Amino acid sequence: MNAPTTEPILGGTYKEGFHDDIKALHKVPKGPSHEVIDYMCDVKGEPDWMRRFRHRSLDLFLKQDLPAWMPGLRDIDYDAITYYASPVEKSARRWEDVPEEIRRTYDKLGIAKEEQKLLGGLGAQIDSEMAYHNIQDSLAKKGIVFLSCDDGMKEYPDIFKEHFAKAIPPEDNKFAALNSAFWSGGSFVYIPKGVKSDIPLSVYFRINAEQFGQFERTLIICEDDSFCHYVEGCSAPVYTTNSLHAAVVEIFVKERARCRYTTIQNWSTDVYNLVTKRAFAYKGAVMEWVDGNLGSKRTVKYPSVYMVGEGAHGEILSLASADKNMWQDAGAKLVFYAPNCTGRINSKSISGHGGRASYRGLVQMNPQAKDCRVQVNCDALILDPQSRTDTYPTMEVDGDLATVEHEASVSNVSEEQIFYLMSRGIKKEDAVSMIVNGFIEPIVKELPMEFAVEINRLINLQMEGSVG
Amino acid sequence: MTDTFEIIDLHAKVEDREILKGLNLTIRKGEVHALMGPNGSGKSTLANALMGNPKYSVTQGKILMKGENLLEMEPDERARKGLFLAFQYPCEVPGVRLSNFLRLACNARVGKEIDPMGFYDKLEQKMKYLDVDEQFVRRYLNEGFSGGEKKRNEILQMLMLDPEFAVMDETDSGLDIDALKVVSRGVNELRGPDIGILIITHYERILRYITPDFVHILVDGKIVKSGGADLATHLEEHGYDWITKEAEPVAAKGKQP
Repeated sequence: MNAPTTEPILGGTYKEGFHDDIKALHKVPKGPSHEVIDYMCDVKGEPDWMRRFRHRSLDLFLKQDLPAWMPGLRDIDYDAITYYASPVEKSARRWEDVPEEIRRTYDKLGIAKEEQKLLGGLGAQIDSEMAYHNIQDSLAKKGIVFLSCDDGMKEYPDIFKEHFAKAIPPEDNKFAALNSAFWSGGSFVYIPKGVKSDIPLSVYFRINAEQFGQFERTLIICEDDSFCHYVEGCSAPVYTTNSLHAAVVEIFVKERARCRYTTIQNWSTDVYNLVTKRAFAYKGAVMEWVDGNLGSKRTVKYPSVYMVGEGAHGEILSLASADKNMWQDAGAKLVFYAPNCTGRINSKSISGHGGRASYRGLVQMNPQAKDCRVQVNCDALILDPQSRTDTYPTMEVDGDLATVEHEASVSNVSEEQIFYLMSRGIKKEDAVSMIVNGFIEPIVKELPMEFAVEINRLINLQMEGSVG
Repeated sequence: MTDTFEIIDLHAKVEDREILKGLNLTIRKGEVHALMGPNGSGKSTLANALMGNPKYSVTQGKILMKGENLLEMEPDERARKGLFLAFQYPCEVPGVRLSNFLRLACNARVGKEIDPMGFYDKLEQKMKYLDVDEQFVRRYLNEGFSGGEKKRNEILQMLMLDPEFAVMDETDSGLDIDALKVVSRGVNELRGPDIGILIITHYERILRYITPDFVHILVDGKIVKSGGADLATHLEEHGYDWITKEAEPVAAKGKQP
């Protein structure tokens, strides 16, 4: 159990696949039960309303069935999963106070202390709890709050209660209900009126335990005229059993505020990644999701923007790479509830080594959505005949004068392009990698530099040996 | 041997159709050859077969560059050895910035990481020859380029890669007179004792700006007539008809002078 596991499920290229022997301070019996909820509430010292909310959510989870269109999830064994485990008592504000064995894990993942210098704030969650959460003084002085979600509930109970589960109630879907029952960790971000958080706040999620369920919950509130960029990354060890990651992210972008939420998801192929992400954009607000899905066994995730105020703008850039043993069911939702709003979805997917990438999207224009415009582009690149791509776009237009544009393309890495690049002295594998990296460039260029470099590295690893 | 490019009895086919039927041609460094021919005579097949396009298969004959058998090499190896093909229809590679691509290609050609400063100095100088501005190399490779821009880009790559033998596949087609002049200026800049150039063209027009040392006429997969620059002028005045009629008896030995 001590040796890092590097089982070559991904041809040995998944460098985050190790696990460390970290002792859990809290561990509960397997399976989703009301007893586990009570244990968590006791340990965390939570208010009664939250205890009731969790119990109600568990009932909803147990009652609710999976939607018929959501295939490939029936084999999840919920009873084999541990719903709460924590190697830490509380989240440290100084890196030195993080237990050494956990720091070692983060060192191996390259989330070195230096990163803080580039970031406005850094959080690090391992299994159920945040091991570290800190914000730069300069941002804290402006009144920006960046805490673990649990601490947010304790320190800002009114703001928390006003927004929590208001964008995504537990009734929304089975996995939102599951998260609502067992949520732990994640971030609470509050940007006061007119404050611009010009450096990104970043959080790294790590699953270390086996057959584990991570249910972090993130709540971001951007008050009028504010700005926030939040960046998250994630990884997990390679085991032979499955884990579950069911997060909920709720964002409120108030009048004329702007929020950008960037995700680089690189779970091991043991992880079911079932995430609900939704933002409300008020009058003149701008919400941008940049969603990169490079790992997991199965991802089901459609970041959404509900435009509830006049002139709001919602934008989703989605990048999915489905390698061997992966099925990325990623996409986006734009829902229009107000006039003069605009939206754009730009989705790019790559499938190789028998992987499958699906785009599933919804554009909904409600009767209030007068003079709204939306543009959807989805492009898929298939690297070999074993791999697969599908597109499931849904358009529901019930508004006046709405403009909806949809373009989709599926392409292969063409022989002609490979020959052209090779005729300039470039080796075949480098030529293929250039073409693939070029394909995703429009999305990668939107990412912070370190993330762009990381994405290119991961894509190149996945490319190895594809296209004979 | 070290300064010749020899095509010996070359037969090549596309999708089971034989296009080249025994083509012979020798190009020495310092020479500019023009290969002219009507549509369907095999001009582009020759260009693609020389570079090793997998869609074209060589069924017989040899291609020797500096004495080495090109047919045993992949296209990238041919390029690194000093062969260059300016494409008739350069393809678009979205998301790949031209300057990055050029740098990687130059590194591949010389077999090591070249000094970035030296690279950009050279690039700037070559761009001036071709009347293109800095924005040009910041664009994605051929994406959204006009026909003329694509051809300029081919010549820019040719100037940057310092080939020992260059084949230009109908570079003049679809160019207006100004673009044609610019492209010709690029070729004349490159011309010299260290390079052999083969200009493949349908029209004599480009040869007003680049005077070839030899002109060959390709008909039905073979060179049927060879001569000096005046042969091109003659073609311009009389078209291809006279040569195709005359071709039959001469066709067996299409060797250049």
